[in-house]
Amino acid sequence: MKGRPSVPEPLPADGVVSAPARRGPSGDRIREWVGANAIILVLVALIVGIAIIDSGFVSLTNLRNILLNSSTRLIIALGAGIVLISRGVDLSAGRMVGLAAVVSASMLQVEDYGRLFFPDLVPLPLFAPLVIAISLCVFFGAINGIVIAKLHVPPFIATLGMMVIIYGINAIYFDQTPNNSQPIGGLRDDFTALGTGAVGEGPLSIPYIVIIAALTAVVFWILLNKTVFGKNVYAIGGNPQAAAVSGIDIAKNIIAVYALAGATYGLAGVLEAARTGGANSSYGSLYELDAIAACVVGGVSTAGGIGRVGGITVGVLVFGVINYGLTFIGINPFWQQIIKGVIIIGAVAFDIARNWRQR
Amino acid sequence: MTAPASSEFVLEMLGIRKEFPGVVALADVDLRLRPGTIHALVGENGAGKSTLMNCVFGLVDPDAGRIVLDGQDIVVPSPRAALDAGISMIQQELHPIPARSVMENIWLGRFPTRRVAGLSFVDHRRMATDTRRLLAGVGIDIPPDTLAEDLSVSQVQLMELARALSFRAKVIILDEPTSSLSEHEVATLFAIIRRLRDEGAAVVYISHKMEEIREISDEISIMRDGHMIGTWPTRELSIDQIITRMVGRELTARFPEKTHRPGATLLEVRDLTSAIPGSFQAVSFELHRGEVLGIGGLVGAQRTELVESIFGMRPVASGEIVIDGQPVVIRSPLDAKRARIALLTEDRRLSGIIPTRSVEENAILASLRAYANRLGIVHAGPARRAAAESIDRLQVRTPSLRTPITSLSGGNQQKVLFARWLLADPEILILDEPTRGIDVGAKFEIYTIINELAALGKGIIMISSEMLELLGASDRIVVMCRGRVTGQVDARTTDQATIMRLATDVEALIAADEGQAVGA
Repeated sequence: MKGRPSVPEPLPADGVVSAPARRGPSGDRIREWVGANAIILVLVALIVGIAIIDSGFVSLTNLRNILLNSSTRLIIALGAGIVLISRGVDLSAGRMVGLAAVVSASMLQVEDYGRLFFPDLVPLPLFAPLVIAISLCVFFGAINGIVIAKLHVPPFIATLGMMVIIYGINAIYFDQTPNNSQPIGGLRDDFTALGTGAVGEGPLSIPYIVIIAALTAVVFWILLNKTVFGKNVYAIGGNPQAAAVSGIDIAKNIIAVYALAGATYGLAGVLEAARTGGANSSYGSLYELDAIAACVVGGVSTAGGIGRVGGITVGVLVFGVINYGLTFIGINPFWQQIIKGVIIIGAVAFDIARNWRQR
Repeated sequence: MTAPASSEFVLEMLGIRKEFPGVVALADVDLRLRPGTIHALVGENGAGKSTLMNCVFGLVDPDAGRIVLDGQDIVVPSPRAALDAGISMIQQELHPIPARSVMENIWLGRFPTRRVAGLSFVDHRRMATDTRRLLAGVGIDIPPDTLAEDLSVSQVQLMELARALSFRAKVIILDEPTSSLSEHEVATLFAIIRRLRDEGAAVVYISHKMEEIREISDEISIMRDGHMIGTWPTRELSIDQIITRMVGRELTARFPEKTHRPGATLLEVRDLTSAIPGSFQAVSFELHRGEVLGIGGLVGAQRTELVESIFGMRPVASGEIVIDGQPVVIRSPLDAKRARIALLTEDRRLSGIIPTRSVEENAILASLRAYANRLGIVHAGPARRAAAESIDRLQVRTPSLRTPITSLSGGNQQKVLFARWLLADPEILILDEPTRGIDVGAKFEIYTIINELAALGKGIIMISSEMLELLGASDRIVVMCRGRVTGQVDARTTDQATIMRLATDVEALIAADEGQAVGA
């Protein structure tokens, strides 16, 4: 407050709703673009830097591998991202991934496999276990939303509790006789094909999992930018009181946000099982933190109301390139951790410094 | 530069000037305080009292002017500097740290320490002893380790006073200190204030309550529209004279001509009583189609609480709301919206704008459904055209629809919020201080919009603390005081003094003066 009025400078009265904003000289515009898209430059710099050290990095195979490894991460980050935009946070993401992986895998083993989770189970159509696993996550996500919106438990606490509960449920399920906490293997080919199959042949082929992730991103983009629901979520995250006064049903929207997030975790869990050809109850552990990190690096505000699908995608790719690329040029994986941490803090500090200056 | 200042005054504020965009909050104001005096500072809401005091207390940086303490020019860059110089201020809204003890609240930022083995530790024993002494000085007997959240509002006030005393203040500023106190607590507070005066402090007492001002103050300074009208010994002025000097302005061409003709009854509020104790009670009024109904009153009159209850944001204990002859139950803003009521809230930042979104998204927020298909996908074209049209009609000055709303001026932000509700097409539009913090030109435009809406047959309720605005923009005025309706007047035939009398409930005071049994 001190010394400075809280009201922004009035704009010049240059008519009403006319041409797009007039900006200053082009230098300003470039600086603004760089500020708003700095993370893309970080991504490009990473790729260029790695390519300089080893020019073999730039290849279709590597691109394909990075996309393959980033796909489930992106799906989870989209769910975690919409929660952050709504001014929440979801710590139960990783454990939901694990639950969906175990539940779907347990019902999709080949009949003659040596150690069956359900020895007497008749072969199910592929979609049934997938729907069951994802629905479970939607259910638990909706409970997150109800606890947060109706019982007014802070999201951090509500989802922390849910994270622990889901792990317990998953561990009990996984520990059933005859499985007794043994890793689930021997998955059906039609299931693993989801994670390993592709459209086309060779390095030019596009893995199904990448297509699914891309479709999920498109759906989220439409949801957030084109629907009443998405606009309400941005409004609730930006100013919940103003949203309530505008007649938006906050509880309904918050419950929908967490249920939708649950769906992404379920989808990602199913795909993780398919991709790796197995599952155990520790699948997905701490994925929520990777997802939140990718979101904030991609420009999602933990204070709510701000975030874009494009940003989240780039954020996920930055970590994909770091994981894959730095391993490719032989950098010690422990150093990779330090680099990732610096990028998380640096990206947010940069963003905040930029907004401070604008204010 | 230091001009010789008379030792007659402990604090002098000379030529203090402060401008906010579009508003001159303080226009070269002088104020001189004598030691051992209780000095009342009065004026309408927005007259500049708090801003002036915030300048002395280091919360607001004056654009020009001098502050002279004990004959020395001082600069007050921060509240801490003010406190160290011997100037304390108790804000209207108190913000103690709830989960910490009374003593930690009092000594926050300057805990006494002692050294043990070369390390510095907080000296809790000394802090407790000092706190007990301070609390005794303000007449409350509570253990120093009581948590602030366990105190009553008046105890918090006294705790703040104890804190002020701990700085050995020569000047103590109290901003509306009694707005939430009972009569008994007010008496205790007054006894303490008098003792502080007798010990030589200069006390600035900001209040709207005429009876208190006459009881407690020795001198009175009256402000109006950022100007100092003058300073008088309190006993030389009657309440009427004070009120006249507070409001003494003429209606000028600051309002568009009223052309609306009120029609059938649209809304009836019958005996509405808040579920929150101490809020409004048994409020009844009617609103007609095409009518602008003003609601006047001072701080604490519970006007915002009333309209927010009608809008379903606060619980109601009893009473009835009837729209077009049909009783309606409104338990949430969503219910209110379905009943075609809209509320433009008092605090634009807190519950109005979505700061992270564009002008367009802010405008369309309350009517998104109308532009969406069954799948909930918004038709971007029609939505944008509707937003553009309303933004155009309200003459919002914005470079584009995509501009972030936070880069607009306050008046233009307010017009976007008007657009939001116009797009939702309500029948009843409630405006809570619609022109607060807006420059004069934008105010005129907003009055024009209000008139146009009334001409369309909408019913409009407008809360305002500016009497001129009530008189200039409304047809009828309901005046409230402490949660009750004290009168309903025709804006065409009444005057500012009448409204101020109703708002301070002078009739009850005079009745009480004459020794009749009148409940407070």
